[in-house]
This record gives sequence, C-alpha cells and structure tokens, in this order.
Amino acid sequence: MNSATLFGFCSAAIVGLGLFGLIVSPHPLRRILAFNLLGSGVFLFFGVVARRGAAAGLGADPVPQALVITGIVVAFSATALAVALVLRLFALTDEAAPTSEADPKAGAEGGHS
Amino acid sequence: MSTASVATTSSGYLLVLAVMWPVIGILLSFVVSGRQIERLAWIVLPVGLVIAGATLIAVTQAGQSQIYVVGNWAPPLGIALRADGISVAMMMATAIVICVTGVFAHGEFSQPPGGPEERAPVVFWVLLFAIWSALNALVLGSDLFNLYVALELLTFAAVPLVCLKGKKETVEAALRYMLFALIGSVLYLLGAAMIYGAYGTLDIRLLSERGHAEPATLIAASLMTIGLLAKTALVPLHLWLPPAHAGAPAPGSAMLSALVVKGSFFVIIRIWFDAMPDLLSFRAAQLLGALGAAAILLGSVLALRQQRLKLLIAYSTIAQIGYLFFVFPLAAGLATGVAWSGIAWTASWLQLFSHAFAKAAMFMAAGLIAEALGHDRIAELGGIGRKLPITMLAFALSGLSLVGVPPSGGFSAKWLLLLATVMEGQWWWAVVIVLGGLLAGGYIFMVLGRLLASPTEVPALQAPVSRWRECAALSLAICAVLLGIWPLQSSDFLFIGR
Repeated sequence: MNSATLFGFCSAAIVGLGLFGLIVSPHPLRRILAFNLLGSGVFLFFGVVARRGAAAGLGADPVPQALVITGIVVAFSATALAVALVLRLFALTDEAAPTSEADPKAGAEGGHS
Repeated sequence: MSTASVATTSSGYLLVLAVMWPVIGILLSFVVSGRQIERLAWIVLPVGLVIAGATLIAVTQAGQSQIYVVGNWAPPLGIALRADGISVAMMMATAIVICVTGVFAHGEFSQPPGGPEERAPVVFWVLLFAIWSALNALVLGSDLFNLYVALELLTFAAVPLVCLKGKKETVEAALRYMLFALIGSVLYLLGAAMIYGAYGTLDIRLLSERGHAEPATLIAASLMTIGLLAKTALVPLHLWLPPAHAGAPAPGSAMLSALVVKGSFFVIIRIWFDAMPDLLSFRAAQLLGALGAAAILLGSVLALRQQRLKLLIAYSTIAQIGYLFFVFPLAAGLATGVAWSGIAWTASWLQLFSHAFAKAAMFMAAGLIAEALGHDRIAELGGIGRKLPITMLAFALSGLSLVGVPPSGGFSAKWLLLLATVMEGQWWWAVVIVLGGLLAGGYIFMVLGRLLASPTEVPALQAPVSRWRECAALSLAICAVLLGIWPLQSSDFLFIGR
C-alpha cells in the first residue's frame, strides 16, 4: 500500500466520521464541528488526488492544492456564519452561552457584533 | 469542441460585467452612507437589467454561446464563463425578479426619515446585490469548482436574508437552512474532488468529452446531486424550507423561493445534461422523477393543511420544485437525440420561469396582506380582497399560473409536460401532474375563497398599503401569465449552445 492509498483510506474514514456526527448529533455546535471534520476529510482527499497526479501523469498536481485553499476559505466563512447564528440564537433564548458557563453575557455580546 | 477553439467571443465582456456589476454595487454600499444605499440601488438595478438584456440579445443574434476566457487561459488550465440559451434565460428571469423585488422593498427596507440609521435596510440591499451576482456567476460558470464557489456565495447571501428581522424563530430557521446547505456544499465538493481525480479537469465541456459512465463518476455525480438536492429542498431534504421561506421578510421570501432554490437546480442540470450526459441512466432518471413526484404530492397535501398563508405558499414551493425534476425521466433522451425530449426540456424551463414569477408575486401579495392585517392566518382573511383589490388580483393571477389554468406560463409548462409523458410513454408521471394540479387548485381556491368572501364586517387595515408595492406584485403575476403566450412546442432558444 502506497502513501496515496493510505491517505485515501484516512480521508474516507474522516468523511465517514464527519457525516455520522452531522446526521446523529442534535446540537448545532457539534454539527458545525462535524461539518468541519467532514470538510477536512474532503481536503485530505484533494491532497490524495494531487499526490496521485490526476492530470496526465504529472508527479504532483498543483491544481487540487489551489482548490483546497479556496475550499478552506469557503469552509471558514461558512463556519463563521453558522457560529454567528448559533451565538445569536443563544442570546435570544437566554441560555448559558457556549463559551463560558459563568458569564452568559459574553456569548450574547458576541452574537450582536 | 476542441480545446483550441475556446476563445473569448465578441460579446464575452458582458458576462464579466453581469457578474461584476452587482459586486461593484456591494463595494459602493460600504462607501456611501446607509441612507444613500437605496438611491444606489436605483442605479445598480436598471443597469443590471440592461446588462442581462444585452446578453440575451447577443446570444440570440449569434445563435451560439457567448464565451469569456478569463485571463485568456483556455481550459483546462484556465476558467471560462459561458452563456448558452438556458443561462441567459435564467439571467433575464433573475434580473426581472430582482428589479421588481427592489421596487417592492422600497418602503419596507428604506431608512426611516429623521430617525437614526437602521441596520436591516443596509444589510438587505447588500444581500440583494450579492444574490444577483452569485446567481449570474452560477448560470455563467462552466467549471465545477467555479460553480461550487458561486453556490456558496448564493448560500451565504440567502441565509442572513431569512433572519433579517432578528426574531428567534427566524434565526432558528436560518440555522437549520445553513446546516442543510453545509451538508450540501461539502458533498458537492467531495464529488468535484472525485471527478478531478478521475479526469484531471473540472471544465464542463472537457468533461462531456472525456467522461464516461464508470462507478467512480457515478458515485461522484450522486454525491454532488444529493448535496444539491439538499439546497434545492427536494423531498426528502425539504425540512428546512418552510420555516426559512415563511419566516423571511416578503421581499426576501420572494427571492429565496423564486430564485435561490432554482440556482442549485440549475447546477444539477449542468451536471447531468452538460457535464456527464452519458451517465443519466433510465434508473437514475426515474429515481429523480420519483422524488419529484413525491415532492408534488407531499408538498401539496401539506400546503392544504396549513393555517398560515406564508407557510402555505412555502409548501407550495416544495410541490412546484417537484415538477422541475420530471425533466430527468422525460428529457433523458436529449443526449442521444430523441425527438420528443425537446418538449420536456422546454416545459421544464417554462415551469421554472413561470414558477419564479408567480411565486415571487405570491409572496409579495402575502407580505402585503400580512402587513395590512398584522397577521396571515388564513381563517381570518375574510374580505380583505375588498380592501386590497390589486394585491388580491396579483395573488389570483399567480395562483392560476401555479394551478395551471390557461392562459398562463404554468398551464403551458404543465401541458407540455403532459404531452411529453404521452410521447415518451411514461404515463405514470401524467397521473402525478394532474393530481398535483388538482391539489394546487385546492389550496389556491381555499385562500382565494377567503379573500373574496363578503363577511359581515370588512376587516380594518392596521397599516396603509402602498399602491406601488401592490403594482410590483401584480407586474410579476402578469409576467407569469404572459409566459402563457410562449409557443407550445420545443423552443430553439433554449437549445442555443447545446
């Protein structure tokens, strides 16, 4: 088994774990984390594709790496937007903020910003 | 088409302009003060409409796709923007709905005179520009990864629109929408990675030459489709749609229901009909059609059971999206040149556009009714039609198009679909189309009956309703009806560039 195959299996496992978390866990924050795990699996898969040299036998294909960088930026913005929504929801429901149990205000302010 | 022949055409710059012009609007929004943004929109919207119109004319006159090769790097190394018949038609419909939404939002999303500047109007106009740019990028993109970025831009612009009013239920709805959209986007990206791994390109034209039906391609296409179905809200991935579309402010609901869900549908079409036409097997097409049929029946039945007007309209969107998916079983022969497939292809696009106009008009009418009465409980709407005759007319005309009463775009679309089911010998879809029409008639006439009722006392209006906004809703409803004059045959225009 070469390294590309090994990492391919790794990415498949991570994607599976992320998908499991996304479907099973009811808590929005856990789902966002699961989405990030799933995303990492996909990015690793892009790495495997690059290593295998998809485009016409090149030793290491640079295109998937460019795609991964864009993908990371998009996933980061998506996470930021989702977390902002979660914070806002916590502020509106008056539950303890996820950041600190002692000071519920901290999360509420984050949601307003 | 070989790689060498991909070059920028004479009107190619219009495609860049179509994507960039709303972005310029966004950038200027951050420079001008909050009070000036609406004035800025009065410049951005008409110019955008002109750009869409010019692109439409350019493609029609040339009779072939207009292409812009970014940086003069031909695919697969570079990225091309490509406007074919269906993409300019989408561009035009988008421009019309967005411009009328802009007119409709005047008043609801204007800065209050005298008082301090509010945040919601600023955010609304920025999101409106963002949705426009993202949709144009989506219909013009010819690279699967480019489409991914456009899809994400669309989602990021659509989600905040849901919770613009900041109520707890709407934030919940927005979060649920966001989580569904995230699953969708990551599955799409995984599929795109697999395709790149298999063929070394993401350009749609090159894929249609290189791609062939093998397990890896099928898995990739399935992953991408499932992801896009979550964003299109096809049954069984529709759970996020009703609270999100019903909770958004009326101009937001109009754009979400009319345009945003169609964006991801457009990408599904690109994948199955453009990128990998060989892959659409009989079974896959029947499965997608079956999901569409389930959506029609489930959405319509649930719409009949709703107590609130905006929720009813949202469930009706789920049902009407279902019709779009009949394109897969009925037009599957397009790649192999089966003559009757053109009818189903035309019908599906007609359904998409007439639903876009009708549903936007309907959400606007519902928003005006809710504003006037202070609620949208269907049981208590009695007699409002006497107070708001134009709004009621807009609701009635768009409703008739949704039901499929002639003459209207909805009728032509459903007639052509029925014709295609007969010609293709797939009668089982005809049963669903007729049943769906009957159920739609049920929920539309349930509301219309209330609106037209003559109660003992006519309800008092809580707030005055602007005549302009009523006319905006009516104009889109008239667009939906006017689509009914579309000739009842396969349209050559929608085949430009295929």
